[in-house]
Amino acid sequence: MPAALLKYALSRKYPARHAFTRRRDLKKRYDVVIIGAGGHGVAIAYYLSKYHGIKDIAILDKGYVGGGNTARNTAVIRSNYLTEEGVRFYRESVEMFQGLSNELGFNIMFENRGQLTLAHSDAAIRSFRWRAEVNQHMGVRSELVDRKTIAELVPNLNLSEDSRFPILAGLWHADGGTARHDAVAWGYASGACERGAELHQCTEVTGIETKCGRIAAVNTNRGRIECGIAVQAVAGMSSIVADMAGIRLPIHSFPLQAMVTQPYKPLLGPLVSSPHVHVYIQQTSRGEFVIGGGSDPYALYNTRSTLEMKETLSAAILELFPFLGQARVLRQWAGITDMTPDYSPIMGESPVEHYYLDAGWGTWGFKATPISGKTMAELIATGRTPDIIKPFELERFYRFQQINEAGATAASH
Amino acid sequence: MTGINRLPEPFGSQVQANTVIQFQFDGREYTGMQGDTVASALAANDQWLLSRSFKYHRPRGALTMAGQDANTLVQLPADPNALADVVEIEDGLRVSAQNFIGSLTSDRLAFIEYFSRFLPVGFYYKAFFRPRGIWEKWARFFRSKAGLGVVDESCIARDYDKQYKFCDVLVVGAGAAGLTAAIEAGRRGLNVILVDENAALGGALNYTRLDSGGSRAAQLREQLVSETLSVENIEVMTRAIVNGWFADNWVPIVRGKRLFKVRAAEVILCTGALPQLAVFRNNDLPGIMMTSAASRLMHLYGVRPGRNAVILTSNDEGYACALDLLDAGVKIRALVDMRRNAGETPLTQAVRAKGVPITESSAIYSARRSGNHLAAVEVREVVAQGRLSETGNQISCDLLCMSVGHMPAYQLACQAGATLDYHDNSSQFSISNLPAHLQIAGMVHGYADMDAAIKDAKRAAVIAANSVGNTNEEIPLTDNGATPSETVNFDWPMFAHPKGKEFVDLDEDLQMADIINATHDGYEHIQLVKRYSTCGMGPSQGRHSALPAARLVANETGRTIGETGVTTARPPFAAEKLAHCAGRSFYPARRSNMHYRHVEAGATMLQIGNWYRPAHYGDDKRTAVESEAQAVRNDVGIIDVSTLGGIEVRGPDAAQFLNRIYTFAFLKQPVGRARYALMTNEAGVVIDDGVACRMSDDHFYVTATTGGVDRVYQSMLKWNAQWRMQVDLANVTSAYCAVNIAGPKSRQVLQRLCPDTDLSSEAFPYMGVRTATVAGIPARLLRVGFVGELGFEIHAPQHAGEALWDALLDGGQEEGIRPFGVEAQRLLRLEKGHIIIGQDTDAMSSPAEVAMSWAIAARKPFFVGNRSIRDLAARPQKRALVGFEIRCSAAPVPKECHLVLSDERMVGRVTSSAWSPALQRTIGLAYVPADQTAPGTSIEIRTDGGVMVSATIVPTPFYDPDNKRQDL
Repeated sequence: MPAALLKYALSRKYPARHAFTRRRDLKKRYDVVIIGAGGHGVAIAYYLSKYHGIKDIAILDKGYVGGGNTARNTAVIRSNYLTEEGVRFYRESVEMFQGLSNELGFNIMFENRGQLTLAHSDAAIRSFRWRAEVNQHMGVRSELVDRKTIAELVPNLNLSEDSRFPILAGLWHADGGTARHDAVAWGYASGACERGAELHQCTEVTGIETKCGRIAAVNTNRGRIECGIAVQAVAGMSSIVADMAGIRLPIHSFPLQAMVTQPYKPLLGPLVSSPHVHVYIQQTSRGEFVIGGGSDPYALYNTRSTLEMKETLSAAILELFPFLGQARVLRQWAGITDMTPDYSPIMGESPVEHYYLDAGWGTWGFKATPISGKTMAELIATGRTPDIIKPFELERFYRFQQINEAGATAASH
Repeated sequence: MTGINRLPEPFGSQVQANTVIQFQFDGREYTGMQGDTVASALAANDQWLLSRSFKYHRPRGALTMAGQDANTLVQLPADPNALADVVEIEDGLRVSAQNFIGSLTSDRLAFIEYFSRFLPVGFYYKAFFRPRGIWEKWARFFRSKAGLGVVDESCIARDYDKQYKFCDVLVVGAGAAGLTAAIEAGRRGLNVILVDENAALGGALNYTRLDSGGSRAAQLREQLVSETLSVENIEVMTRAIVNGWFADNWVPIVRGKRLFKVRAAEVILCTGALPQLAVFRNNDLPGIMMTSAASRLMHLYGVRPGRNAVILTSNDEGYACALDLLDAGVKIRALVDMRRNAGETPLTQAVRAKGVPITESSAIYSARRSGNHLAAVEVREVVAQGRLSETGNQISCDLLCMSVGHMPAYQLACQAGATLDYHDNSSQFSISNLPAHLQIAGMVHGYADMDAAIKDAKRAAVIAANSVGNTNEEIPLTDNGATPSETVNFDWPMFAHPKGKEFVDLDEDLQMADIINATHDGYEHIQLVKRYSTCGMGPSQGRHSALPAARLVANETGRTIGETGVTTARPPFAAEKLAHCAGRSFYPARRSNMHYRHVEAGATMLQIGNWYRPAHYGDDKRTAVESEAQAVRNDVGIIDVSTLGGIEVRGPDAAQFLNRIYTFAFLKQPVGRARYALMTNEAGVVIDDGVACRMSDDHFYVTATTGGVDRVYQSMLKWNAQWRMQVDLANVTSAYCAVNIAGPKSRQVLQRLCPDTDLSSEAFPYMGVRTATVAGIPARLLRVGFVGELGFEIHAPQHAGEALWDALLDGGQEEGIRPFGVEAQRLLRLEKGHIIIGQDTDAMSSPAEVAMSWAIAARKPFFVGNRSIRDLAARPQKRALVGFEIRCSAAPVPKECHLVLSDERMVGRVTSSAWSPALQRTIGLAYVPADQTAPGTSIEIRTDGGVMVSATIVPTPFYDPDNKRQDL
């Protein structure tokens, strides 16, 4: 039993440590206002307050901390992307995840389980080889593996050659893993609050004021606050909030659905995904199977779930693991993904001075939480865009310099 | 007798005493009756312990006897986490308990609860990560202890399927309210589907006592059920669970192995209410159950729930249960009423008259166990909200029945967008803000009184009938005056104990302190409490923990219970098997009409999208591909190209439409000619290609790639929804089969089969299109040349595929005709330097990068992607697709997507590559930096195992550079 738990056993009164800002009034002005208390927003506050000495921060959220896509994503962490810019960015994020519990003093339960993506066609093998070659070149552990290796990695996978879509090969990403998604937001938020940042939950931004092309103030349901700098980190609402600042983003928002089963004894270690049948699966440390898949085929801001998606996800997962037909679905839900034309995020400066964007997080936001927090904080503190996120500026769309990750994201979160 | 706890008739309405069934539980043989559930049969045999809890491995028994708690989850063969209080026994059924090490009665992991002080709420966030990397080891340990049932990997759930249904009114729940709603709607001529999860209609009327005499419920049930069955247009579905509500009354129902999908004009939810827990120390022991569970055991299964009972109540239900228990011969040691004054109702009077000791204004402080079962409770006086007196009485008992409040079964209503409000006067949640065409009636609507519930159901039925029939019948009022008996909820049935173990959430072993401490740790929002403590995340999805958690959190955070609320109810209502959701999977396979000819000829089939295509004929790929390619180059070959997309574009604006969709110019294209058609998206990226054949002035037949046609067709429809041009679009891919006949002798062969059309080069030039008859089959002939030889594509009605194939093979025997597959075609086209969209292009490829600028009609006013292409042209081009060759035959052949490196930097990649037998060298296509495309430039390719290979950039086509062969 770890010593850290001793105090709970020995003290008479529960030694509570209030993790977040207690309810209080908003101040009239903050140096930095962060819109959105998801993983990204609170991570920005954490790095600003811990490494840049900026503590006069308000983090605003219309709901509760980590309650948007941080709560809804399926917690896949990987760096096996396709472009040089993408791999460099997500590689550093994965490295940060590995030490994040110790950085935060809060167990985010990162587990390096490895991720296996399945190829059912020679076209998929080609694109996997591309990713493996790029990844290896950049020091990321990815390799194209054959059926024999797949059978060793995931012995209970349906490798029958008679199945409807026989598995031909796979992309094994040994660096891939998972973590407790909520804990990432809580750990960052708690670290930021401890250093003086204020977290205001149930505080909805209703308008953004600019003056001479520069950010001036943010209006909320609890009053107006002036600010020197504002940043938006509102995955699922990016275009709506940007619109308040008069900024148009190249984003279409789609619901992405997932579901979870009851807990069962462990039988699946790695994360497995099949872009072909649009499904991915992992077994949590509680024993539940989390199953996700493709986006709804139409743009929508409603987080309702549909019967159709549950039916197709179930059919797809039974192609891979037919025996899971016995497992029972406990819950299904949806999140809103802000899809950009090139499946890469939009980070950095905006047309409004001192208003920064952390947007366009589609289906790849959770895995970028640490690196986004770190780099956006550096941008806010220094006014200079770090090289690693320079390629993701909004301006790239005006310059035809997209960072196209289409081949590395579809249904392989 | 099937067990020492069996009661004589009239107890046991669901079981048949004359049919004895043998089954196993945890390796021991038991007998039960037809109609018993696993749990009821075991209870009859005095086996109350069913499972071990998730975290502390505490002993657990049935709480609700209605499939609403996780205590009864057991393992069946190929069915883990099955509900023992729902699954009916069958002869030879083998049931085992779950989640223990050693034996169920003496679980070696039961010691964990003694360490519970070390395991405060969210303990895993607070430790296990120092030093760095140690968590992975702990995680493996925790994982090995996690989970409940075992999924048998050798068992595949089969024969699950789906069925669609439609109705005017779907009534969910067949209790008194549901039956009434169905009858009233049915009598008004509506088609009704009435669904209930139980085997018998009547809901609580089957087991609840409504009056002191004990006969009213049965009479009412008899009356309502016979009326229901007499109305013709009511379809009754029992043992069926309405498992969710989706937009527009789209409702899944699970019954047996079938998932019904029902679209209902109106839905009336008569889902009742779920009895709630009293929270006190050791409130989870086997022997402690809801009063409704005890009633179910007696009335439905004829099982005596205990010998010495204590009843804890705050309403009349406890008294009704007491009368039933007395009838069953159970001694009642005490009736503990938490209310200050139980009041004078017929039921309380009857219980008093029987001499049952009643203690008012009291509650249970703790329970004590002996072995794995309840042995005694300590009763103390309630002195304030949540506080009891310092001393109390120990009462030994083996049964504790609780009735301290209800939670409306709000799940389906809230999935439909309804909201919950809390009422301090009745201490319960109510449902409001229902969407149109969805109603609630009866207990779920807050009407605990039977007469009021029935009136309420009539009201709902009339509203539904008015809506469906567009009628104006006056809507009857529900009795709104709350009588004392309607207030069933006690405001604070929770009593903390210094030693804890007062469980709020049984699934997750969460005690009162866990919820309270979560708020003290800063997790104050109810959703945060859930996520931090896992309250409500277990198999019963907060059915019993939502209300106490809301109360505790409200109290700790200074908010009202209404403000605090409960967490979102998400589908499904009851856990459903993935096999139910999947049904028979529907992944259609597409085969051309000639498919079996390829199989007969020994082809290896390749899946491309949903299609099967012949990869090559014969087992040895290399020799097959070489000889097939050779046949095409020297003589003649045929390939099945039925999978190519075909789209008919007809109408006065057909040419104009293509002009906008594709990059080339089509307005002046003559009838009888084909033109290359390249498609880009709005970003100017190449996404598909084909040929557009002008069949007449206002009719084009356009081909598209096998994998791309559905997308192309969809995007055509999408654009035309905006443009509103005068065109009709039809995807005719599967209406046509197609064969490409290619090779220097192809004309000779085809002309013989095609007497009505002159195929000579003068009469039918390259890129010509004709309609003709081939071997008696009407066909469209396209003179195109993907493989770079003289050739014709023959597009014919799909049903004629085999006949066409046979005719060509027969007709070309003299010329040595032979079929060739996709692999040979890929090699032949590569020799010609023709690109394959999707293989030689990627998500960024512009026409200029792939040397397709010739296919852009730059002077057109508009086409999809033209603005981007213009903008791109003004910027320096970054990369280009070039041909390369490797003369050294010992060098490994690079594979597609091997990287092109320069000074250890990635500068490009190979997209196609093969050993060309015709050219006797390795050839390929690769992206390289745009300033390094000059023929003769050397590039470095990293192949498998890091072996570097040098290649030389050369112009394409590699083979027949002047394209003379296809122009023959």
